[in-house]
Amino acid sequence: MTGATGTPVVSGGPRARRLTRRRRRQLSRAVQYAVFVAAVIAFAVTADWGRLQNQFAQPDIARQMFPDVITLALKNTVLYTVSGFAVGLVLGMVIALMRLSSVGPYRWLAGVYIEIFRGLPALLIFIFVGVAVPLAFPGTEIIGGTYGKVALALGLVSAAYMAETIRAGIQAVPKGQTEAARSLGFTPARAMVSIVVPQAFRIILPPLTNELVQLFKDSSLVLFLGVTLEERELSKFGRDLASTTANSTPILVAGLCYLLVTIPLGFVARRMEAKAQEAVK
Amino acid sequence: MSTPEILVRDLHKSFGANEVLRGIDLEVRRGEVVCVIGPSGSGKSTLLRCVNLLEEPSRGQVLVGGTELTDPDVDIDAARRRIGMVFQQFNLFPHLTVTENLTLPQRRVLKRDRASAARIAAENLQRVGLAEKADAYPAALSGGQQQRVAIARALAMGPEVMLFDEPTSALDPELVGDVLAVMRMLADEGMTMMVVTHEMTFAREVADRVVFMDGGVVVEDGTPEQVIGDPGHERTRHFLSRLLDPAMAEMEQESPDRADR
Repeated sequence: MTGATGTPVVSGGPRARRLTRRRRRQLSRAVQYAVFVAAVIAFAVTADWGRLQNQFAQPDIARQMFPDVITLALKNTVLYTVSGFAVGLVLGMVIALMRLSSVGPYRWLAGVYIEIFRGLPALLIFIFVGVAVPLAFPGTEIIGGTYGKVALALGLVSAAYMAETIRAGIQAVPKGQTEAARSLGFTPARAMVSIVVPQAFRIILPPLTNELVQLFKDSSLVLFLGVTLEERELSKFGRDLASTTANSTPILVAGLCYLLVTIPLGFVARRMEAKAQEAVK
Repeated sequence: MSTPEILVRDLHKSFGANEVLRGIDLEVRRGEVVCVIGPSGSGKSTLLRCVNLLEEPSRGQVLVGGTELTDPDVDIDAARRRIGMVFQQFNLFPHLTVTENLTLPQRRVLKRDRASAARIAAENLQRVGLAEKADAYPAALSGGQQQRVAIARALAMGPEVMLFDEPTSALDPELVGDVLAVMRMLADEGMTMMVVTHEMTFAREVADRVVFMDGGVVVEDGTPEQVIGDPGHERTRHFLSRLLDPAMAEMEQESPDRADR
């Protein structure tokens, strides 16, 4: 703001030496645009477009990837994500309820689980599931082969986050809801299942969607489990093809496939968030 | 005389060091309407919540319909089915429609089949005059309508006793009348009711007995004519005069300002 309080600004008077509000706004905007344009030009001039195109945008190689990149790679990515999400949701629900339990050891156990699995990189958990589990329980096969392993690994990672989200959602449901249910004769368990949990899930739908996006990306870690050709997902598929063709175009195509799913999902999550905000008012 | 529907004996309730109820004895006979009045923080809501054990008494007994709820071995969920409760904040289930609010408890708790639950729900919505709102969600209703649905939800369980915890305190003034009309109808039908309220007109006209509480004890207990019309205690008189004409309250009173609940 120009003209600090006490400085009279006489309209029609001699031009003030200090900037008017309008001038200052124009100037600020001009500078921001100038910086932006300069940055774009610098990038466009210095980058070697020919080589970039050569390395990342070879139409022939891209064409070669279809339809497998969709029917195999994207399909597997979605499959891994959904199964991991399902395992994570069930496990997360159990851990969230344990965390809210009146039995001390349950609360304690749930807390330890959350701290450990939230603190570890997903990659380590994949290696753990791939190596340590078969070692620790020889002879046992994880049901579903690679799919089972991925579901377990992704489930273990996401359960820790989802447990905290679900717990927060349950606690966000007003206490009066439980009281009303109890006063109608609901047992504590029934009140939780019929009244509290459905409302909690409405509250946490947006963060759960974000978790789904996160898992979608984390499914790329499956390549550390060692997969067959048929089990490859987007990242592995892209990387394999990139090495056989000695060109990075497959990486770009795989990346676009991720965005094909994550951008709409993010959009849906934001829509739900906005709707939830509206419902609260 | 038959056994009282609600019997409270030497009831104490503390929250930490805060002793909210200091020995309450109270009887409500079958078909009787008892209004509990008193300044905020006097323990009247806590007393009501102790009657269906939403708050667990620290000491003393609560009997409803002859069953001692304070007995640790009693099936509290079964006992609560006979006790309807209406809350200040309505507490309708926002994720369910009006009809579902009424049918879900019947089906889950009383194991009624879908058809009879729906029929009983419709009957009770009719009783509170909201049959046309059957398919609406609670958020689409006014506060007064929500409270009437809450009453219908409690009635659909076929309770023998109804507890009302300041049922009109959260309502805009122009919506209070509809809710009171429904409560008056229930009283006329012979429902046993215990009502915590600030509505003196309702207490005077509908209640069989008025109980005035202050500081966690029952100060006065009698007919509305006695307690409201001709209070015997200075504390009751003082409370009523402030309630009837808030503008007359003097500044800097040494009233013990206890937190509510």
